Amino acid sequence: MSTTIVPGRQAAAPAPSIAGNFRSYIARVRGGDMGALPAILGLIVLCTAFAVLRPVFLSATNFANLFTQGAAITMIAMGLVFVLLLGEIDLSAGYTSGVCAAVLAVVMSQQGLPWYVGVGAAVLTGVVIGLVLGALVAKLGIPSFVVTLAAFLAFQGLLLVLVQEGTNIAIRDPVIIAIENRYLPPWLGWALYAVCVLAYAAVQLVRARRRAGRGLAADPVGLIALRVGSLAVLGGLAVYALNLERSRNVLLVSLKGVPVVVPIVLALLIFWTFVLRRTAFGRHIYAVGGNAEAARRAGINVDLIRVSAFVICSGLASVGGIILASQASSVDPSTGGSDVLLFAVGAAVIGGTSLFGGKGRVLDAILGGAVVAVINNGMGLMGYSASVKYIVTGAVLLLAAGVDALSRKRAAASGLR
Amino acid sequence: MSSQPVLEIRGLDKSFGPVQVLHHVDLTAHAGEVTALVGDNGAGKSTLVKCIGGTYTADAGEYVFDGRPVHITSPRDAADLGIEIVYQDLALCDNLDIVQNMFLGREKRSGLVLDEATMEEMAAKTLDGLSVRTVKSIRQLVSSLSGGQRQTVAIAKAVLWNSKVVILDEPTAALGVAQTAQVLELVRRLADNGLAVILISHNLNDVFAVSDRISALYLGRMAAQVKTSDVTHAQVVELITSGRSGELGLQNVNGVTA
Repeated sequence: MSTTIVPGRQAAAPAPSIAGNFRSYIARVRGGDMGALPAILGLIVLCTAFAVLRPVFLSATNFANLFTQGAAITMIAMGLVFVLLLGEIDLSAGYTSGVCAAVLAVVMSQQGLPWYVGVGAAVLTGVVIGLVLGALVAKLGIPSFVVTLAAFLAFQGLLLVLVQEGTNIAIRDPVIIAIENRYLPPWLGWALYAVCVLAYAAVQLVRARRRAGRGLAADPVGLIALRVGSLAVLGGLAVYALNLERSRNVLLVSLKGVPVVVPIVLALLIFWTFVLRRTAFGRHIYAVGGNAEAARRAGINVDLIRVSAFVICSGLASVGGIILASQASSVDPSTGGSDVLLFAVGAAVIGGTSLFGGKGRVLDAILGGAVVAVINNGMGLMGYSASVKYIVTGAVLLLAAGVDALSRKRAAASGLR
Repeated sequence: MSSQPVLEIRGLDKSFGPVQVLHHVDLTAHAGEVTALVGDNGAGKSTLVKCIGGTYTADAGEYVFDGRPVHITSPRDAADLGIEIVYQDLALCDNLDIVQNMFLGREKRSGLVLDEATMEEMAAKTLDGLSVRTVKSIRQLVSSLSGGQRQTVAIAKAVLWNSKVVILDEPTAALGVAQTAQVLELVRRLADNGLAVILISHNLNDVFAVSDRISALYLGRMAAQVKTSDVTHAQVVELITSGRSGELGLQNVNGVTA
């Protein structure tokens, strides 16, 4: 590549353009910073394969199922992103969600208190669990692997205590049930969609204008249009598909609309993305994950950041537990157990969050959660047993961790992270 | 140059348990000058710097800053006075970009939200002020920078806050020839911009290239504080290795016995 230096113009800062952005993205990917690329490619491949093998995969009913089946794992994965960003792990997140779901069930079904008290108690339980785990890791210095492995066992027992050694507590509250089993009216789905797309466009445009106004490099309008356009198209397709009639017998019951859980997940995604990308607290989480010693010297309270990451993780796990309770309409000793945790860790890692800390986004949990949900759902449609599902999901998790480790190696070699 | 030093340490003692590491150490640093702090391994350079920076608290001694006696008990105190230390291992976060690293722990914000535009402007201004032209974009991740560029970022981070004293711990130890020259040039520019610079170095070539004064530590004692133009290479080597050189240095001291 030859460059001619134009007199009077700084050659050091290339004017931002779509082509330039695209080139730097390619360079990043080649340098080992794959980001969400494996998840997106995996999603395309998996969806195509399942759609060809089992056409029912593409049906409106199944599409809606993907969202309700993946929601709880996605929620837990969102929390795990925070812990993984610090290079820590929370193996107890699955059973934390189970314990919180049991607290919800006990408060509501056995004490007869209203749903908001139950939700408050469940989230509070999650926060307290996070505080304890975080304090043990940050203050005592026990490796998070050991702390949360111990908690994994202990919470299993706690869950049994809460559900009285194996009874099944039913949940009948219409509000909690609605999360996974009710749908927004189609007009509300479209209204939410419009608000989201317009707000996204506005945020992007305002930021670019402000930066350009101060003479700083800003994203070109074309790139913003491309981003907003893709969001509009993908979101529009999703809302359209979810608004199709899914009921076998329309006269009996009409079944259409965006599942109630979707806006809940989206709201938390936007909130935590904001916290992570736009606040000093989020910046400090990345800093502690990248170089804890540097963060300490910069005056960041590293212990506080550690503890709060565990609190956020367990807090979001409690929301995941509420979703699980809604999905099953009950809580039993296996709620949040077996594969939930590994699916959640898998979701975060498949989405592109590094197990080595310092790299990851909340959005990764959504993308990875989608992959896990598609595998789970598609394999179910193919008629494979749970055994095969476990093996395949385990293999996918290992593959994602392998991609993570390899890209890290490659990045170290090419000098990009 | 200037008559009153920005930073003056008098009679500083520091012990770790039964081991006294610093004996009555004096040190001065003047604005607009590079003071080289030399000494053999174990002479107490790092301990002295950590006492100045507030990481350690001195057992005894006076700490005078800008003519006022001050008390430093934490790194925050030192930073508030305008004393910044650039450690050898730089302490940068690889996964953050240059601007994010420069403002780490002291982010500018408007309300709750980070004020990226202001931070970017200030970082660009600081780098321009130091005539840094080697980085392509200040939004580059630090992981993509060379050793010299990282050193530059670490130094720029230290001067971003209108600091008055910048202490550099072996800034050229891990660098190649060209990059060493770049960093030394930057060190000189810091002093020319009016800062008091304390440069810790093992490399006497570097010391003679940029410093105005040399302070030589020998087994926890300040052997001599001299003008660089008044001494020769050989004299400094003697001061480092035996604590004295002719008239200079510790006269009646042989080793640790006082």
